[in-house]
Amino acid sequence: MERYSWGGYPNTQQQLKQLSSITTPLPKESFLPYGLGRSYGDSCLNSEGVLLSSQPCDHFIFFDKETGVLTCEAGVNLKSIIQHCLPMGWFLPVTPGTQYVTVAGAIANDVHGKNHELAGSFGCYVKQFELVRSTGERLLCSPSDNSDYFYATIGGLGLTGFITQVTIQLKRINSHKLLVTSEKYQHLNDFFTLSENADDANEYQVAWLDCTATGSKLGRGHFISGRHQDDGDLILPERRGKSVPLTSPVSLINNLSVRCFNSLYYQRQLGQTKILEQSYEPFFYPLDAIENWNRLYGKQGFLQHQCVIPKNVGKEAIKEMLALIAKEKTGSFLVVLKMMGAKSSGGWLSFPMEGVTLAMDFPYQGKQTLDFLHRLDAIVSDAGGRLYPAKDANMLPSTFKAAYPKWEALEKMRDPQIASDFWRRVIQ
Amino acid sequence: MNILVIGANSAIAKAVARRYANPANAFYLVARNEEKLNKNAEDLKARGANQVEIKSADFAKAGIEPEVIESAKASLGRIDLVIMAHSILGDQAVFEKDLDALNQLYQVNTLSSLNLLTLLANEMEVQKQGNIVFIASVAADRGRPSNYAYGSSKAAVVTFLQGMRARLAKSNVHVMTVKPGFVESPMTEHIEGSGPLWSTPEKVAEIIQKGLVKRRNTLYTPWFWWGIMTIIKSIPECIFKKLNL
Ligand SMILES: Cc1cc2nc3c(=O)[nH]c(=O)nc-3n(C[C@H](O)[C@H](O)[C@H](O)COP(=O)(O)OP(=O)(O)OC[C@H]3O[C@@H](n4cnc5c(N)ncnc54)[C@H](O)[C@@H]3O)c2cc1C
Ligand SMILES: NC(=O)c1ccc[n+]([C@@H]2O[C@H](COP(=O)([O-])OP(=O)(O)OC[C@H]3O[C@@H](n4cnc5c(N)ncnc54)[C@H](OP(=O)(O)O)[C@@H]3O)[C@@H](O)[C@H]2O)c1
Repeated sequence: MERYSWGGYPNTQQQLKQLSSITTPLPKESFLPYGLGRSYGDSCLNSEGVLLSSQPCDHFIFFDKETGVLTCEAGVNLKSIIQHCLPMGWFLPVTPGTQYVTVAGAIANDVHGKNHELAGSFGCYVKQFELVRSTGERLLCSPSDNSDYFYATIGGLGLTGFITQVTIQLKRINSHKLLVTSEKYQHLNDFFTLSENADDANEYQVAWLDCTATGSKLGRGHFISGRHQDDGDLILPERRGKSVPLTSPVSLINNLSVRCFNSLYYQRQLGQTKILEQSYEPFFYPLDAIENWNRLYGKQGFLQHQCVIPKNVGKEAIKEMLALIAKEKTGSFLVVLKMMGAKSSGGWLSFPMEGVTLAMDFPYQGKQTLDFLHRLDAIVSDAGGRLYPAKDANMLPSTFKAAYPKWEALEKMRDPQIASDFWRRVIQ
Repeated sequence: MNILVIGANSAIAKAVARRYANPANAFYLVARNEEKLNKNAEDLKARGANQVEIKSADFAKAGIEPEVIESAKASLGRIDLVIMAHSILGDQAVFEKDLDALNQLYQVNTLSSLNLLTLLANEMEVQKQGNIVFIASVAADRGRPSNYAYGSSKAAVVTFLQGMRARLAKSNVHVMTVKPGFVESPMTEHIEGSGPLWSTPEKVAEIIQKGLVKRRNTLYTPWFWWGIMTIIKSIPECIFKKLNL
């Protein structure tokens, strides 16, 4: 069965329809706006209606190459923005770890990148968008017009209406390359010290960590920081990708491969500190080099778990979670840790907040996986943190409601024709 | 470079045009639907194209080809690159019953293409430079019960192009025949299916652009369709008759 969410869990029957143009009336049945399905869990699924794809609406409308303001249709993806704007010296002010995301999808989850601490989330750079309601009403939303709809829709999980076109502010760059520093560190405590002392000129900061390490090595990893080079070429270097052609019947991501990968990855760099130049693709989008890498997890699929914990209790909560993972030997292939800053887009249900965010993935192995994730959720809730809906398929309604108190306000603004499996699950 | 795109609203043509959308290039877009043409023109301009003009034309009407080429020349001056992608897929079951539909398929896919190609060939032969890209299909490689009307409408053009390529090579004009396999587009929206055999307009466009740089003659997109079609072509007719392809 074809998959419509990136994690492939839950894999429910979906029906996909295309919105043939931004002026086409919305369907009369229950629907959910749909981008490229790069959300992992069930927030981009609607098994009781249809998914309404924005893919035919992928036109640029206007780009001002003097100011970097781009107006485009909802289905334009980030890759295509970079391909056309980078040669003119413009880049995304905020980008998630894949370019295969639509602008509307980036708004609906108010996505963040490696520069959250300094730059905030995607929503901070949205100047306006048009939102169409199932009544046919077309609302131009910005911080000054229809501002309720503006802030409800940023991070609004697609529930407030269909975004048809978007105006965003890009940022100036002078080179396709970044200057990257990678530092190997020995323990989770060092991550916090490195973050604390990091040079703000390196606007991108992220750590990859080895989740199989325990005890005195708990949380060891690589602290990677980077910044755009001040000058150089504004070109798009060719990248050779690979593709996973078929979904494997069983997960190739298991204890053994996780262990090998994590150890090897940790050891890959011999010296303590490595400085290198990288083009934007390998730096921002390492996973995009392997198309459909999610198929490696097999037909059962996998779950992501991403939380953010307030700064003051972050270290303890992360330690507790890592210790639990190590103890249960349910290693995650990739574990990413980064600091988030206080700058906010104002989105009512935006995920980011000031603190530390941890992202992991686990192959689905039945109920035990879900129970285990609930134990992680409890640590997050107790610390006053929250989980990222774009990566969730499992949190309990109580967990969600406590972490996102504005959910009721969003529910009032929800378009009555729009619903998602996620929303039905968490507000019940 | 001055680029003429026929069937410019097609998903594949759109993706190819976008790859060339930069300040060095001007476009002339031809297709039926004017609203879509306007949108695509705006799109290419926002992506950096130097100049974009459009023309709405319905190739189901015989005889409009000279006027289309004349107006393209008036807009672009010299034409350096032509992408031809207009066509209809239709329904084989209909073509078996309805002669008007069959004739129209040939009018749009075949006759208009041969007319346009003839005019362009003469133009480029004088210029002594230029590139012509025609989007055919793997369906042209062998008539199959499920779509031999469409397949043959493309096959005629493929054979025509073989001769034209050899003729124009002497004038430094390159002709490239592209044979896509399954591509996700409005043309195939009604066909159930996904998986490793399916490609996207963006990928096909990338292969076309690279193929042009290498001056490829015939290009299967993606390449593995060459293998698949080689096998399909090699099945003896006595066995082929029994298959339901
Ligand atoms: C490899 C990988 C790395 C990632 N890294 C990050 C990261 O670093 N940071 C981060 O924040 N996220 C990250 N993500 C998650 C991803 O950025 C988000 O899930 C994003 O929202 C997906 O966008 P999409 O276009 O695929 O939308 P979909 O997943 O299809 O939909 C997402 C939401 O957007 C809504 N939506 C889509 N189109 C519209 C529309 N036209 N109008 C209104 N609502 C709409 C949908 O209803 C849904 O609620 C990553 C995902 C992957 C696969
Ligand atoms: N998709 C596939 O799987 C596939 C496979 C092999 C080959 N191909 C070939 O690739 C090419 C592009 O296909 P696509 O998938 O991109 O198709 P598409 O999106 O359906 O585009 C076809 C275009 O042809 C134009 N057209 C149709 N009839 C016309 C007419 N009478 N006069 C003028 N224009 C007309 C249409 O223009 P308007 O929109 O203005 O009406 C339409 O945009 C076609 O030649 C097709 O045969 C496609």
